[in-house]
Amino acid sequence: MNVLNFVSAFFSDSAHWHGYDGIPTRLWEHVQYSLEALALAAAIGLPVGLVTGHYGRGGNVLSLFATAARALPTFGLLVVTTIVLGFGMLPVMIPLVILAVPPILVTTYEAVRSVDPSPVDAARGMGMREADVLLRVELPVALPLIFGGLRSAAIQIVSTATIAAYVSLGGLGRYIVDGLYQHDYEKVVGGAALVAGLALVTLALFWAAAKAAVSPGVRRST
Amino acid sequence: MIRIDSVTKRYPDGTVAVDRLSLDIPDRSITVLVGPSGCGKTTTLRMINRMVEPSEGAILIDGVDSRQQPVNTLRRGMGYVIQNAGLFQHRTIVDNIATVPRMLGWSKDKARARARELMERVGLDASFAKRYPYQLSGGQQQRVGVARALAADPPVLLMDEPFSAVDPVVRKGLQDELLRIQAELGKTIVFVTHDIDEAVKLGTMVAVLRTGGRLAQFAPPAELLSDPADAFVEDFLGADRGIRRLSFFSSAGLELLTAPVVAIDATAEQIAARGAAESPYVLVTGLDGRPLGWSEPDRLTAGQIDVGRLLACGRPFVAGQDSLRAALDCAVLSPTGWAVAVDHEGRAAGVVSQDSIAEAIRGAHAAGREEPKTIKAGARKVIR
Ligand SMILES: Nc1ncnc2c1ncn2[C@@H]1O[C@H](COP(=O)(O)OP(=O)(O)OP(=O)(O)O)[C@@H](O)[C@H]1O
Ligand SMILES: [Mg+2]
Repeated sequence: MNVLNFVSAFFSDSAHWHGYDGIPTRLWEHVQYSLEALALAAAIGLPVGLVTGHYGRGGNVLSLFATAARALPTFGLLVVTTIVLGFGMLPVMIPLVILAVPPILVTTYEAVRSVDPSPVDAARGMGMREADVLLRVELPVALPLIFGGLRSAAIQIVSTATIAAYVSLGGLGRYIVDGLYQHDYEKVVGGAALVAGLALVTLALFWAAAKAAVSPGVRRST
Repeated sequence: MIRIDSVTKRYPDGTVAVDRLSLDIPDRSITVLVGPSGCGKTTTLRMINRMVEPSEGAILIDGVDSRQQPVNTLRRGMGYVIQNAGLFQHRTIVDNIATVPRMLGWSKDKARARARELMERVGLDASFAKRYPYQLSGGQQQRVGVARALAADPPVLLMDEPFSAVDPVVRKGLQDELLRIQAELGKTIVFVTHDIDEAVKLGTMVAVLRTGGRLAQFAPPAELLSDPADAFVEDFLGADRGIRRLSFFSSAGLELLTAPVVAIDATAEQIAARGAAESPYVLVTGLDGRPLGWSEPDRLTAGQIDVGRLLACGRPFVAGQDSLRAALDCAVLSPTGWAVAVDHEGRAAGVVSQDSIAEAIRGAHAAGREEPKTIKAGARKVIR
């Protein structure tokens, strides 16, 4: 049997479409974990990236931190946080956020720093407040790159959020973990297909959001 | 009035960009800062709006130290135009221009109406309003930069090499536009350039800085050209300083000859009479009085003058309005060595030889020498 047969078997089984282990429930759980982790990572990465990029300082510290964070194995981290904190949402969120902060932080920093300095100079020269220089002059131009950082963070979160299942939480990882345990490869492949589909939807959403939010005057660099 | 009072700027790395500079910048006129690259022009300009803080000395605005008011209040009262315009690429042209009025709390409609008014003033078609900066040429972007600086009607305009990134033809248009705007609005403009021609053309007063940020000479352009303070200024003015200086002498005093001018329908007697005049050539004009071309008188046959066989008369100068430089240029370019003068309607007003232009130049120089009034470096003089 090939993979496509697994996939069609998984999705045509009506038992997979309702109940606490049904696709809608698991999908919704997965989306919730992902959104939560992305929101937390953005809440840390965006402001720090914007401010450091604006002042052009701290780039070395940032990239050091980002490299260190990337070097941490997410699964290993999950084991550690679970041992320390016990089962629950928090031990899952920590590795996901640590995974997602570096791409957001580093691209935001780079995006703001690479904004053409002459409009910024002009803005200061006309008496614009520093916060407005950042939010009204630099941010709108840096936006396409910032969206790029958020997008890759989101994709990584969506595919990695499957780890929640290892510590007894839900989400699409459930199918993969349980399927492996039960030698039910139909389930494993079905779960993986759902994760991949969700990643594609995420891509499309970010593309649409960037299109709506970025001024047509800003030529996209991605 | 802006008074730069013994200002020194030492950057953290020890570079002295400006050294004990004192300048009184007169109101409602264009003061040009000119000098070789790295001589501290930009630094001086940016100290006026406190983008750079002086290390020593003070800048007084109408007698008050510029550090007395909040820096953003100071800057909102001074338009600032930079080399590449520095437009906000995410905003439309009209919103770029409306930036400062919006910052000052004007309503969106009022600020946009003002922006459209300014687009007209700087010669931008209203159809550009909804475009984005990348859809404009460099020269058009620079006009937007000027309009944006003027939007809140600040009394002062600071311009740092605003026209240096556009080609010469566009630059000339922008310069003429600036002179027109200045005549209409009477702004106090401080203008930085490294182009001495631009300085001489635009400046009411020109400050020549030398490397190390010291003032070499501060004088009106005509005086700069006639009496350079020292070898550095003379060198900076270039080899054709004498010719350039002629732009400041009017062609009004030139003696125009009308005898060698004949209309295209002239009779044989008229042609013969003209031919006997002081010039070896006659200028043929159309029935409307416009110059058509030169000819030797005996090559003309009354009643059948062939315009195609005349010598081209080139570009004429407008008598009384153009300078001696323009008149001399016409004479030099003319195939006969004679310049053609026209009136404001373009009708031939007479012709003048290189010799009599040279005569007029000697006369003007003699008159100019009677009143040397160059302001030497360090000295101060207020011109109102
Ligand atoms: N931020 C800075 N730190 C250190 N030195 C500086 C700084 N800005 C300018 N300088 C130096 O100060 C001197 C004057 O610079 P400035 O930019 O005022 O020159 P400029 O006359 O405008 O030159 P240009 O015609 O090339 O624009 C130069 O030697 C320059 O290298
Ligand atoms: Mg400069």
